[in-house]
This record gives sequence, structure tokens and C-alpha cells, in this order.
Amino acid sequence: MTDALLEVDNLSAGLRGTPARLLRSVSLKVRPGEVHGLVGESGAGKSMIARAIFAILPRAIEIREGRVRLEGRDLLGMGDMARRRAAAQVAALIPQDPMTALNPSKRIEGQITERLIRIIGMGRTEARKHALELLDEVHLREPERVLRSYPHELSGGMRQRVLIAAAFAGRPRLIVADEPTTALDVTVQKQILRLIADMQQRHGTGLLFVTHNLGVVAKICQSVTVLYGGMVIEQASAAQLFASPQHAYTRALIAATPRYDRPGDSLLPVDAAVIEALRADVARADAAWNAGRRA
Amino acid sequence: MAEAAVITRRPRAGARLILAGAWIAIIAVAAIFAPLIAPHDPLAQDLMLGKLPPFWIKGSEPGYWLGTDSLGRDVLSRLIYAARIALTVALAASLMACIAGSLLGVLAGFFGGWTDRIVSRIVDIWMAFPPVLFSILLVAVIGTGLTSVIFAIAVIDWTRFCRVIRAETMQQRRMDYVDSARVAGFSPLATMIREVLPNVIPAIVVLLSLEMGIAVIVEAILSFVNLSISTDAPTWGGMIAEGRVLIHHAWWVLVFPLIVLFLTVLAFSQFGEGLKERFDPVLR
Repeated sequence: MTDALLEVDNLSAGLRGTPARLLRSVSLKVRPGEVHGLVGESGAGKSMIARAIFAILPRAIEIREGRVRLEGRDLLGMGDMARRRAAAQVAALIPQDPMTALNPSKRIEGQITERLIRIIGMGRTEARKHALELLDEVHLREPERVLRSYPHELSGGMRQRVLIAAAFAGRPRLIVADEPTTALDVTVQKQILRLIADMQQRHGTGLLFVTHNLGVVAKICQSVTVLYGGMVIEQASAAQLFASPQHAYTRALIAATPRYDRPGDSLLPVDAAVIEALRADVARADAAWNAGRRA
Repeated sequence: MAEAAVITRRPRAGARLILAGAWIAIIAVAAIFAPLIAPHDPLAQDLMLGKLPPFWIKGSEPGYWLGTDSLGRDVLSRLIYAARIALTVALAASLMACIAGSLLGVLAGFFGGWTDRIVSRIVDIWMAFPPVLFSILLVAVIGTGLTSVIFAIAVIDWTRFCRVIRAETMQQRRMDYVDSARVAGFSPLATMIREVLPNVIPAIVVLLSLEMGIAVIVEAILSFVNLSISTDAPTWGGMIAEGRVLIHHAWWVLVFPLIVLFLTVLAFSQFGEGLKERFDPVLR
């Protein structure tokens, strides 16, 4: 057995009714307590991997091949409901957009305690107490009042804090954060990022951090997977990746990331030749895969 | 680095909500307490008192505030009694249309796939019939009377709810909190009832108010072409039909029911708009 907390193994997914693949044999591992960055452009399939773990992929997308293991348990062998249940016992999701991630017609309390009551099996009072502690932990003032609020009474940053609290509720071993700062103001982004990193360290939670921002990866991640077109381009420890990126695409991405420590450096757009080569790689991988399927 | 205190703000109830609500309340009170309020029996005829003008015109008779029609029936009393029929139809027909249409709309929007395809095609076919013609045909076939009118309106207008609520549900269904509920282990049906339905209810309420105005109009049209309730029972549409003939020598028989009808339909639609305004900033 592996020591991995989350293990995605050779995962392929595609649009129902078409031969095209959207995820192309993706493998990645998150160890307990580790922060793993999942980087790529929009459309690279980052969110799809995150959603596949919780069995909440859009109906039009089907998984063609591969395994997703959480603490050694194979999730893909189960039915959707059982899969969600199994995933929820180990992992939680911090969604991308705090504006649509909270139900506008329900008070915050229910939305934090839901998981505690349904998955962990806590009583209502206990869950409430736990929720208050969590809100305090994410630095929300007047937690009592926040619990009684409706989402529209909170700002975007506050909502994201609530969502972080909800994700850490019940002490999951893995948190999947799907671009948790993308929808926020730059100033708030930094606070939220620090908060997630703090919480992760305090609780020793494993974190799969989905982002398109290499700067963020450099700050908090121990290992990184670079994705392009649903294909893993490079996988390495963060230190190694930034010190000696192996793939031309990774080098191009790093060159395209603004750095605070080197102001005045000009930012380079990703070279067309690099993208051209990537596309050829993707096509080759698809051809090989299709040949394998036919055989 | 704690966040600022919770901001609490409630949008003010618009003037239109108050005005429209007030008029609906007046009509409702008139309908409920018609026997106490109406100065005369709406059916009592007195040919000696035919075509009396309203109170401010010379030749009017005290007690007949809005004049009388050609048979000497009191216009005001008839207006008040007609409100009963109008509101009964508005409430019953809209509720029936609302329940049937919303139910199918939520199911189609939430489950998608074949459920959606079947419901949507039925709605498409249904909406291809011209509505007023359809209702006239329906009433002609199943016979006149209050229940037929209610039934006819419900049968025609459920599609209106179905369309809008389906779209609204589809939009809600895509929200991240629906996924959160699924991750928390709720079944699709539970997710629909707990997460989606409460957020669709504002739209349903707004549509219901608009639909009541439409039901009042359709009932008036059916009365106008004599396909509603029995001829002597007072209805706004029937009064307008009678008044049309008298327009040159007793304009009040036509004008007062027209004003009341107009105001009532306007009030329902404005009430719906007002509700929409009030719900909007909270939800979006």
C-alpha cells in the first residue's frame, strides 16, 4: 500500500458521446499534511480533477479510466452517492466563488454544521459549538452573529472565511481548494491565502491547491503538478520545480509570473512554439491511448 | 485582521408595492364583505330607475353612487359583487396553474435529461395554441360556469410557470452550494427540496402575482364573450359587454367596470414587479 492520502492514478475523462479526452491519464499524489499545487491555464482540467474526487462532475463528463484513492480506498468503484459519502468522510472542498457557494436562503449556521451533522454524526449543540470555534479560528468577529446571518449580509472575504471554516469543520484529512482566491480582491486574496496556509499547518491537513497562479504555488506548496490540456506536463517538488524546471512550458510559465523580489523584470508571454510542441504532445498521447484501447 | 462587522441592510418596500397592495386589499375587502358593503342587491331591477347617472351629474338618484344600467341595476353594487367572481377566479386559477407549472418546471430544470426534454416539448406544443381562443374553445366544450373558467385558465397558463421556473431552477442548480449539498451526502431529491426550491420560491411568488392579473383579464374576456358565468351574475367583463351597447347614452355602465378592471390588473402586475424588486438585491 501507499502512504498517500490522495492518489489519482492514470485518470482519463471525456465528454460523453465523443471520443475526445479532457483529462489525459493524469496521476498525482498528495501525502498526509502536504500541500500539493495543481497548476494550469483555464481549461487545463484542474477543476475537473477536484470535482472528480467528490463525484460532482457535470453530467456531460464521464470518467473513462483510472483510479482515485482516498486513504487507500478506491472511490471510482462505488456508486455516486456512496462515493460522495466516502469522499466527504476524508476530504472537504473550498469552492472557487464565495458568491455562489453559500445558499442565499439559508443561515450560515446550517451551512457550516451540515457536514458535521450528516457526515461526522455530531449533535446540533455540539456542531454549533464547533462552528463557533471555527469562525473564531478564521478570524471572523462576532461569530455568534455570523452564524445567524444570511450570506448576502456578508462581504466576499467574509464569505470565503465562512467557507474555509466549513471546509475545516470535522477535521478532514484532505482539503481540496479550487482556486479559492480567484474571485476575490487582490488585497483580500493575500489574507485568505495566509489563512488557508495557517489552518493547514495548524491542523496538519493535506491540501490540494488548484490555481493558475505560480506565485501562490511558490509561497505555500511543497510539491507541484503542472497541467496542460488535461495532461501532466511536469511533476516535482516546489523547490525543484522553481530551481530547475524541466519542461519548456514550465519555464515559460515561470517567466510569465510577476515577481515582487525582482521589480522591473519584463514579463514574457508563453512562446507560441512551446504551445505548438505541447499540442503535438497531447495529440501523440491521444493517438497512443486510442491505439491501446483498440488493441 | 478580523473582518469588519456584519453589514445588515434591508431594501425599502417600494411605493408601488404599497399602492398596488392597497388596491388589491380594497378589492379583496369589497369581495369578502360584498353583502355588507353593497348598497343594493346587484340583481335587483327597477326599470323606473334605469340609466341613472353617477352622483355628481344632474338627474342622479341618492344612494345610486355610480348610477344604474339600462335595467336599473346599481352599478356600484354590481362592481362590488363582481369582485367576488374576479378574485375567486384569480386565486383559484392562478394557484392551480402555479402548482402544476412550478412542479413540472422544478423537476425539468433540476433533473434535466429526459425529464426536461419531455416537459419542454409538452410546453412547446401547448404554447402553440393561441391562449384566448384555446380558453374559449375549452369553455365552449366543457360548458360555462365558474369551475370551467377556473379550469380553463389553469390549463392554459401553467406553461407560463413551467417555462420560467425551469429556467430559474437550472440557474440555481449550477450554483456551487448545490454541489456542496451533494458533497454533504444529500440525495438528488433532498438537494432539490432543501437547496434549490427555497431559492426559486421568490420567482414563483412574483409569477403568481402577475398570473392573478392575467386570470382577471381572461375571466373578463370570457365574460365579455358570454362564456363565463351565467349572464345575470355580475362580472366585470359582462358589465363591459353590456355597457358597450349603452356607450352613447349611459357611458358610466362601461367606464366604471373598465376602470376597476384596469386598476386591478395593473395592481397585480405592479405588485409582482414590486416583489421582484424586493427579492432581487437579496438573491443576486
